[in-house]
Amino acid sequence: LVFTEEDKYGLYSSLLFKYFLAEGVVCGHDLFVASAKEHPDNILKELPAPLLDDTYRNELGEEATTVKSNDFQDSMKIAWRYQNLPKMEASPTSTKFGHYYDVSKTMSPELFQSIKWHSFYLPEELSSQPKMKSCNMNSAYTRLLHSIQRIIYQEGFDGSDPQKKQKNILRIGIQSLGSMLWGDDICSSETPEDIHSLTKFLYVLRGLLRKSLSACIITLPAHLIQNKAIMERVTNLSDTVVGLESFIGSERETNPLYKDYHGLVHVHQIPRLNSLICDVSDTKDLAFRLKRKQFTIERLHLPPDLSDTVSRASKQDLAESAKLLSSGCGAMAIGKKHLDF
Amino acid sequence: QGKFTLLRDTRTDGSFLVHHFLSFYLRAGCKVCFVALLQSFSHYNIVAQKLGVSLAAARERGQLVFLEGLKSCLDLLFGEEREEEQTGQPSPLQFISESASNLKALFDFVQTSLTPTGGDSWKGPVLLVDDLGVLLSLGAAPVAVLDFIHYCRVAVCSQLKGNIVVLVHSHEDSEDEENELVVNSLCHHSDLILWAEGLATGFCKDVHGEIKIIKRASLELRGEQDHVQIYQYKIQDKNVTFFARGLSAAVL
Repeated sequence: LVFTEEDKYGLYSSLLFKYFLAEGVVCGHDLFVASAKEHPDNILKELPAPLLDDTYRNELGEEATTVKSNDFQDSMKIAWRYQNLPKMEASPTSTKFGHYYDVSKTMSPELFQSIKWHSFYLPEELSSQPKMKSCNMNSAYTRLLHSIQRIIYQEGFDGSDPQKKQKNILRIGIQSLGSMLWGDDICSSETPEDIHSLTKFLYVLRGLLRKSLSACIITLPAHLIQNKAIMERVTNLSDTVVGLESFIGSERETNPLYKDYHGLVHVHQIPRLNSLICDVSDTKDLAFRLKRKQFTIERLHLPPDLSDTVSRASKQDLAESAKLLSSGCGAMAIGKKHLDF
Repeated sequence: QGKFTLLRDTRTDGSFLVHHFLSFYLRAGCKVCFVALLQSFSHYNIVAQKLGVSLAAARERGQLVFLEGLKSCLDLLFGEEREEEQTGQPSPLQFISESASNLKALFDFVQTSLTPTGGDSWKGPVLLVDDLGVLLSLGAAPVAVLDFIHYCRVAVCSQLKGNIVVLVHSHEDSEDEENELVVNSLCHHSDLILWAEGLATGFCKDVHGEIKIIKRASLELRGEQDHVQIYQYKIQDKNVTFFARGLSAAVL
């Protein structure tokens, strides 16, 4: 269960959401898209087009090798201790995991032919179905759960149909959960009427995911939730929690340290499943940027601070965010340096 | 015998302690009732196998009673009415669908599982809970959770002379007041507290965290203070190594 905290204006998180779905289409997985504000058909029309040819990969490879050969000769004089560390690689050269996408183009409809996709658009669903068993949960969430469960059961993702030989994965994407459009008031008031609906929903969803071949991404406008206890409980109930912080409208937009990037990626939690340990990586400072064709997540590496005046404000910011990222075992970055979907 | 152990973690994942106690008590031959609210049976099974114990086999021979919270909740929401009538017993997680927030059904389940039946030859009963905070997320009031633990203590620790081990999460800046209330209350009543924390200085590859072992001697009315021991630990695939502070293998 991958949980994404939306950035303020929802721009980048919806991009991440689309990447998840697009990867599903390219891998031949089935999709289930749920939203309360945008019709799933429209969401699916806007998925980025995959880059299926080799030319792009070669381009990327070339870029990286030119960078490497440049300053290979210089040996370090002052910071000689760092000499032995590998050169900072912001983008990968050889690891191939998943597919690359071109954000400037949308996916062609032919790719959708081979997969089955299901949608749940809240305004349509509310008008139809009769009342169902709810466990005191918000009715929108209840309907969504019943809908997901129905698809899992009917399409045999939970192994209930032994006849079905080819096993497939169901990718579920739920957009802007918890917002007012789902009938939940946790985003609008400090003492919401029913603080347990969202957590109950997540618990049941977790149960459904555990007993079937599915993966789910949820985006949530965390910055609107005033009752922080809910976010703590939500984090506890999810496997992976990633927060996107965009620089739009904040003081960091103009900060020269961050000029190459559009925002930061905070990894709050990664899954520890079927094992005592979880995957650990060297770095936890990740930032993202949206180039014309590509959305990339990279290690945050800052240019050396060559100014005479030390800018206290930015350093403190960084120290704080580093502390948040590195405290304890619970927050660790995913092992891939460059995440492409 | 008759001890209440609280497993507590702050900004880190203390579930390795749960896995440890589970395999420890099963190997010791105790009858274990495991209320597993957060993960599926196969997760615990796979880790337990790495630690040398088979949960499936333990369940077969009746040594382990496993309540898989996730599955139980699904049955509650999506199950059909006639199933409940067939088994004759209400679901242990019934409180989710009822407005009465009392955990009596859960307690009844625990009590029934651990009360020795005629043919049993297991040593002391043990109740293991992972993790208690989930009950709050599912709508139980903090007082109901504390009542549940109290009833369990009376039944398991006093009457059956067994042990209870419970995992909770907490941290100082937490805004989850209900959770902090439950955790603080349990701390006061625990005989032994194992508190796992991430290092204050941040993430480290070789030292995953620090564990404080607090033996509540002050509860025994002998005028003694609590004994506190602090170790650091590193979690590996099949094992956890403990060492004194600052003496990690990477440093020596």
